[in-house]
Amino acid sequence: MNENEEIVREAERLSEQAEDSRALYEVKMSFLGRTGKVTSLMKRMKEIAQELRPAFGKEVNALRERLEALFAAREERVKERELARRLAREKVDVTMPGRRSRTGALHPVTKVKEELIDIFSGMGFEVFEGPEIENDYYNFTALNTPADHPARDMQDTFYLGEGLLLRTQTSAGQIRFMEKRKPPFKMLSPGRVFRSDDDATHSPMFHQMEGLVVDRGVTLCDLKGMLDEFARTMFSASSRTRLRPSYFPFTEPSVEVDVSCASCGGKGCPLCKGTGWIEVLGAGMVNRRVLENCGVDPDEYTGFAFGMGIERIAMLKYGINNIKLLTENDTRFLEQFKD
Amino acid sequence: MKAPFSWLKEYTDIDVSPDRLRDMLFSCGFEVEELIYLGKDVEGVAVGKILSCERHPNADRLTVCRVDCGAHGEKQIVTAATNVFEGALVPVALDGSTVKHEGGVQKIKTGKLRGVTSEGMFCSGEELGISDDFYEGAETDGILILDPADARPGEDIRPVVGIDDSIFDIAVTANRPDCQSIFGLAREVAAVLKKPLRRPDLTYTTVSTDVKVGVEVREPKLCPRYIGHYVKDVKVGTSPRWLRRRLALMGLRSVNNIVDITNYVLLEIGQPMHAFDRRHLRGDRIVVRRAAAGEKIVTLDEKEFTLNPENLLICDGERPVALAGIMGGLESGIGESTSDVFFEAASFARDSVRKTSRALGQRSDSSARFEKGVDPLFTPDMGMARALHLVSALGCGTPTSYGADALNAPAGKRVIRTSYASIEGLLGIPVPKEEVKGILSRLEFEIDDMGAEFTAVVPPYRQDIDGSPDLAEEVIRMYGYGHVVPSFLENATVTHGGLTEGQRAERKFKEVLRGEGYFEACNYSFYSPKDFDLLRLPADAPERRALRILNPIGEDLSLMRTILAPSMIGNIVRNVRRGNEEGRMFELANVYLSGELPPKALPEERKRVVLALWGEGDFFDLKGAVEALGAAFGVSLSFEACEKSFLHPGISATVRAEDREIGWIGELHPSIAAELALEKRAYLAELDYAPFAAKYGRGAEYKNPSAFPFVRRDLAVVVDEERTCAELEACILRSCKALRSAELFDVYRDARLGEGKKSMAFRLTFAPEERAEKPVSSETADGYFNKIVANLKRELGAELR
Repeated sequence: MNENEEIVREAERLSEQAEDSRALYEVKMSFLGRTGKVTSLMKRMKEIAQELRPAFGKEVNALRERLEALFAAREERVKERELARRLAREKVDVTMPGRRSRTGALHPVTKVKEELIDIFSGMGFEVFEGPEIENDYYNFTALNTPADHPARDMQDTFYLGEGLLLRTQTSAGQIRFMEKRKPPFKMLSPGRVFRSDDDATHSPMFHQMEGLVVDRGVTLCDLKGMLDEFARTMFSASSRTRLRPSYFPFTEPSVEVDVSCASCGGKGCPLCKGTGWIEVLGAGMVNRRVLENCGVDPDEYTGFAFGMGIERIAMLKYGINNIKLLTENDTRFLEQFKD
Repeated sequence: MKAPFSWLKEYTDIDVSPDRLRDMLFSCGFEVEELIYLGKDVEGVAVGKILSCERHPNADRLTVCRVDCGAHGEKQIVTAATNVFEGALVPVALDGSTVKHEGGVQKIKTGKLRGVTSEGMFCSGEELGISDDFYEGAETDGILILDPADARPGEDIRPVVGIDDSIFDIAVTANRPDCQSIFGLAREVAAVLKKPLRRPDLTYTTVSTDVKVGVEVREPKLCPRYIGHYVKDVKVGTSPRWLRRRLALMGLRSVNNIVDITNYVLLEIGQPMHAFDRRHLRGDRIVVRRAAAGEKIVTLDEKEFTLNPENLLICDGERPVALAGIMGGLESGIGESTSDVFFEAASFARDSVRKTSRALGQRSDSSARFEKGVDPLFTPDMGMARALHLVSALGCGTPTSYGADALNAPAGKRVIRTSYASIEGLLGIPVPKEEVKGILSRLEFEIDDMGAEFTAVVPPYRQDIDGSPDLAEEVIRMYGYGHVVPSFLENATVTHGGLTEGQRAERKFKEVLRGEGYFEACNYSFYSPKDFDLLRLPADAPERRALRILNPIGEDLSLMRTILAPSMIGNIVRNVRRGNEEGRMFELANVYLSGELPPKALPEERKRVVLALWGEGDFFDLKGAVEALGAAFGVSLSFEACEKSFLHPGISATVRAEDREIGWIGELHPSIAAELALEKRAYLAELDYAPFAAKYGRGAEYKNPSAFPFVRRDLAVVVDEERTCAELEACILRSCKALRSAELFDVYRDARLGEGKKSMAFRLTFAPEERAEKPVSSETADGYFNKIVANLKRELGAELR
């Protein structure tokens, strides 16, 4: 069967020349296809003597099998070669920029406000938001600040007429909340407040967060304990607080609360002006008159309240040195708060 | 309130340094905002006695002096001054010393002047930072010549000229007007140092008189106390140095002895005083009354004011002689020839003084003091007695026996009854009983201990004290806040905290926009009336009905926002100007809507959101963000072309949520952009927030997805240019129930399509029903498709491409 060996050698030669799978397929078909050489051999069966036919058939089948194995092996190699070529062709510069979808950022004041709400709501505070335009009663009178009280001068107020004003403090929300709710409760009131003050460190509009706890047997020690916890969560695990006497008409005693300077750990640095402490919020035990004004019996219940400027906390937290940055809305500033 | 260390020392024994005192005051509620040592810049300056003066060998105008500087030895000083002489005592700035120089500090070194060594420099009063009131002759041209009576060679110059002293600038809280004086602060200092308080000398002797100046107070509410006292044989002249120096320490110039006494008493006792020249009080009467409308007065500083009944006046028998609590009248003021003085010490209602002072724009140290509150029962008496004592001590007049007193305030003692337990209950810590009593006694409360309870008589000047919590505060501020032990609501009830539904909705809303690439902005709640003109809003536009702030910082911040867009446009302009050429931003904030102006009731505060996009992207990018909000909250939004004065007429739409108009979207009108020199296209949308929040928290509605896949078909039709996407979409969706969505993915215009025609291509998605038992077959989908095509042709004249 020299002829068969001939065919195998030819198949080997041609398949070797086939560069890609398409060419190889054509070569394969020229042997094994409907008009291929092996098929043609098969067709010669009729011309062969009856008794020789089984042997002939066997040989042709053996040939077919050899060729099929040969092409399968060849195909494998061609595919490998093709894949290698494709991989080489498809190499990209992985240092080119990725295609990103945009992400924005929440305002730092919002971020700090949400963080504060999360800290205090975890301690059992519910959130209450009062109106930004208030009347004189809720902003001042009910907070133990009658019309001739000198504390009215502490906060320069924007007036709209007819006893309406822009609230100067979120404490106004205390009264509205207490009118609706009976103690015990813990309440948090965040929001915009307004004072007619406009310089490097004051903005005519800023945000405050007021906290109020009223229950039986609440003491100054509880206020200190809660604020310690707040400082540790908000600033650093080693933060401490310091109370010192102050004055607000709606609390008695009133205190300023300083937090140990997170920048120097209390040793003294430019941020804390060498004192080791940073003034962060005002607080105190709720004035009896305020409780009375809201129909809460001050002999049965005591409470404490605290209020802080959210901008101030944000400025401390992020090291922002100019309050105006917070209302300029420069995207180069805002984009830094994506975390 | 300023307080010199030396003056405080007069009333109590201060055995701590100024720095230590500052810390102690701080911890008991008096923050020292500034502590200035007056001699800080004057180091190494000693008293010297000039032994000889010789002309400089090389310079006619210079003098070479030999000076005895005591322990510092003999020095040679070259000077240009012409008022030095042999035997004179002068301040000598020695080698290495510092003096004040033109607002700064100058260092003095040994050097040569025209070849002759000078081992320092003689000083003028200016170089020591003092005026004539500190030391006579300090303001003369030349070297300060010292009085041999109070200076010896070698001594440090600072005690000699009165600058070896520290000034405390103390922040006094609004509840403590009693501490707006040296004596008031000294009371606190004595209490905190646990030292006895010395009282000012209030003694004087009187001579009898027949003169009477009747006092009639017609406005008892505005003037709860009025004391007057007649002083005769007044000799107006210069005050002694100690008094002038004290006024100078407090930043006041000496005028004459009588005026100086009134100023001194204001500083020391906290009682504003006025001195009338009695001869100008017609009818020897004082009447305290409201001004008549249009009544006029000329005050000491020669300003004329036209008054109204809001203003309280001090009048004589005929006409006004002083603006009560603010300033005296010109005519009845003290002059060189004054011989009879009627002193006034009064208490006026603080808001009355404040209102008049503000309304007239006339302020004085007196009015500033009255605005903080002067008690009626204690301070006027002490102030008057102190003034009369000083008149006697200075020998500048003779107090008479005549004094008038009109009291219109309750005079009884105020007594608080409370218990030690009540104080501890509020503080949460035990305070030893003796501490409580000791602290309150040192603060001049009279304590009557009754075992578990006690009573405290409140000092008459402490108008801020009215209950047990006030006493608790007094105790803790003196006992020390350091004693407060943190606890965590050991006795309290557990409460359930957390965000309301509304607050959670707001967080989600902002998160959606953040995810869409928008930065959150924060703008003031007020803006300018000009913003309405910028937006070309017609005169009757509802946005123009804004609440007006009666006392705005400026016209630009005078109106409460009724629309958020102007602030956002400002943000865009600022960003582009700063080189931020593209960006996306939003603000969620209230607008303030009032039915009537001026408002009678609380206005509606409506939360709105404004979105902006500039530089990169277009209308449809912004619309995508709005649609994302709709999708996130399950609010179905629709858009319809509209016209707004501030939007591009072809690129603007109203936004509806379930058929209710909730806002608008569009491109900023190019003419406005041009007016703002904004070279980037900017797109804005502003929407009510409530429709989104209302849909929050409903929970997801769940349906089982079909087991079979969706079948998709692309459909392209040619329609007239006027046909909108919304019309085609609605027609397609109406045509087939099995259609899950029809989304436009291409719009194509070409001459071959015909004039005024466009091709719109939609991707149709057919979904098998939830319980379908077989998939949507290709044949079924073809059927749907053909029906849609037929409907589009019939309803909108669309031709399949």
